[in-house]
Amino acid sequence: MLQFIARRSLLALFILLLAVTLLFAMIHMMPGDPASAILGPKASPELKAELNQRMGLDQPLLTQLGRFYTDLARGDLGIDVFTNREVSEIVFEQLPYTLVLVLAAIGGATLLGIPLGCFSAIRRNSLLDRVTAVMSVGFIAIPTFVIALYLLLWLSVKWRWFPAMGAGASGDFVDQARHLVLPAIALGLGWVGYIARLVRASMLEVMEENHIRTARAFGLPERTIIVHYALRIAVLPTVAILGMGIGTMLSGALFAEIVFSRPGIGKLLHEAVMTRNYPVVMGSVVVTTGFFVLSTLVSDIINAALDPRLRETGRSS
Amino acid sequence: MSVQRGVIAEIFGRLRKDSLGMTGLVIVVVILLASIFAPVLTPHDPLEVDVYNRLVSPSWQHWLGTDQLGRDVLSRVLFGGRIALKVALVAISVSMAVGLLLGMMAGFGPKWLDRLLVICFDTLRSFPTIMFALAIVALTGPSLNTVIGVIIITSIPVYGRIVRTQTQALRENDFILAERAMGASTARILRDHILPNIAAPLLILASMDVPAVVGMEAGLSFLGLGVTPPTPSWGNILSDGYSYLRNSPWPIIAGGIPLILVTLGFTFFGESLRDILDPKLRGKDGKG
Repeated sequence: MLQFIARRSLLALFILLLAVTLLFAMIHMMPGDPASAILGPKASPELKAELNQRMGLDQPLLTQLGRFYTDLARGDLGIDVFTNREVSEIVFEQLPYTLVLVLAAIGGATLLGIPLGCFSAIRRNSLLDRVTAVMSVGFIAIPTFVIALYLLLWLSVKWRWFPAMGAGASGDFVDQARHLVLPAIALGLGWVGYIARLVRASMLEVMEENHIRTARAFGLPERTIIVHYALRIAVLPTVAILGMGIGTMLSGALFAEIVFSRPGIGKLLHEAVMTRNYPVVMGSVVVTTGFFVLSTLVSDIINAALDPRLRETGRSS
Repeated sequence: MSVQRGVIAEIFGRLRKDSLGMTGLVIVVVILLASIFAPVLTPHDPLEVDVYNRLVSPSWQHWLGTDQLGRDVLSRVLFGGRIALKVALVAISVSMAVGLLLGMMAGFGPKWLDRLLVICFDTLRSFPTIMFALAIVALTGPSLNTVIGVIIITSIPVYGRIVRTQTQALRENDFILAERAMGASTARILRDHILPNIAAPLLILASMDVPAVVGMEAGLSFLGLGVTPPTPSWGNILSDGYSYLRNSPWPIIAGGIPLILVTLGFTFFGESLRDILDPKLRGKDGKG
């Protein structure tokens, strides 16, 4: 197992390195140079040269790449061209907002999805089971921003149940929670049915196993069997799969943040793209990619811990 | 030809018994027809500005109301469907073709090539899709072609991975080994034996992929980084609607519904197709 973790971590690091290099190469090889994109088409050549020099873009490509790696290793993501602040500082200032949103969405979806899946497994082919089945298939693919827009339209603009903008006053926990509700629903709604379906499938599998039959033979009450013996095992694979969902959630979070004007890394990235603020674009993509690779790694390791067969090949798919 | 017709009739016969799959198919057909015949169906020009009738609610003249420039929302929704389906068609066929080629190479070729391709796939998949798309659009500027390009790059690994796994599973089968022993070339084995066997899962994947691709185009256009205005796209309609949300809810309601319908239609149809064509895949991802 230790060997698997070491090997898988190394692979993740290698992939992250490749991804970052690819991003770097793209920014430098695509038509159009960052300096003229930032300054606009009418900027004078002197101004462009100065900015290029400031961003280190006048150096040979390999030197730039080398410097990029060493800076990255030190956690230095460069300097924001407009405010002169450290990009890492800006990115890590926004990251917690996104993480809170993603966690709230996953948490909410899990809290609803697990009981729903459990119930569907016990009462197969009931109305609720069939509704969950349709939900699991249909909802997951509806774009987050469409759900977000509809929630905004009805629950905050029309009925005024929830605030429409921002993340709430700092320090006021209740206000922050109220601002979190709609974005989290927009992000998590699709996952409720999906999680329910996963739990249902593994519940049905677990219920057939010997230790459940033994528990039944001992005459334990059905409730105890389901909650203490079956569900405990059945939720594990679901938890592991959630790690994979974080990538999708990060993309979805961007839309939720923009629709609800909520601070976060997605909104930061969008604003940086609109103003062509390259260091910030690069920094936020690097950080989210790193975060995504890390969460996939963790979920792979949990999966392998649960199912030793996966350790052989070193990957889960 | 008659064998193929028999297969299609059989699939359709089984689809008719699955009410959800049938609903999906009907939605898909209606959306396809509405997009193809948009110029005939729309009573107005989707670009025609009418400043005296801005943001009006639905009426007999404008079934879904008008937007902030007085343009007929229904016409824009119908024409937006053309863009969405065009993106889906081009992006999915290109990424499927490239993914098929690379996936077969990985699955059938030497070990080192397999390793190399899998690492490439994993690297491309390690970016959160939208973030990656934004980074590219930041450089190239918004355009329909950029949207298609981004979707292709991020979808190739998905197809490649599936094709690789399926090819690997098939390559050790007796009928392939026999074919090889009789001296068939690799190209022949791949074309005549592997391809027909992986066509079904690939088509299912493509059908389920349509909502994701359409959502991506709409999403990027919503962010102002996809299809450039005034060209109607579902994302643009929603983006305009978002800006005038407090004046009229109709553009948002009208722009979101086709996206939801596309999602439900293609997903239900794809699921049903999967159950019919490939029962083995059922429940593999916990959905069965």
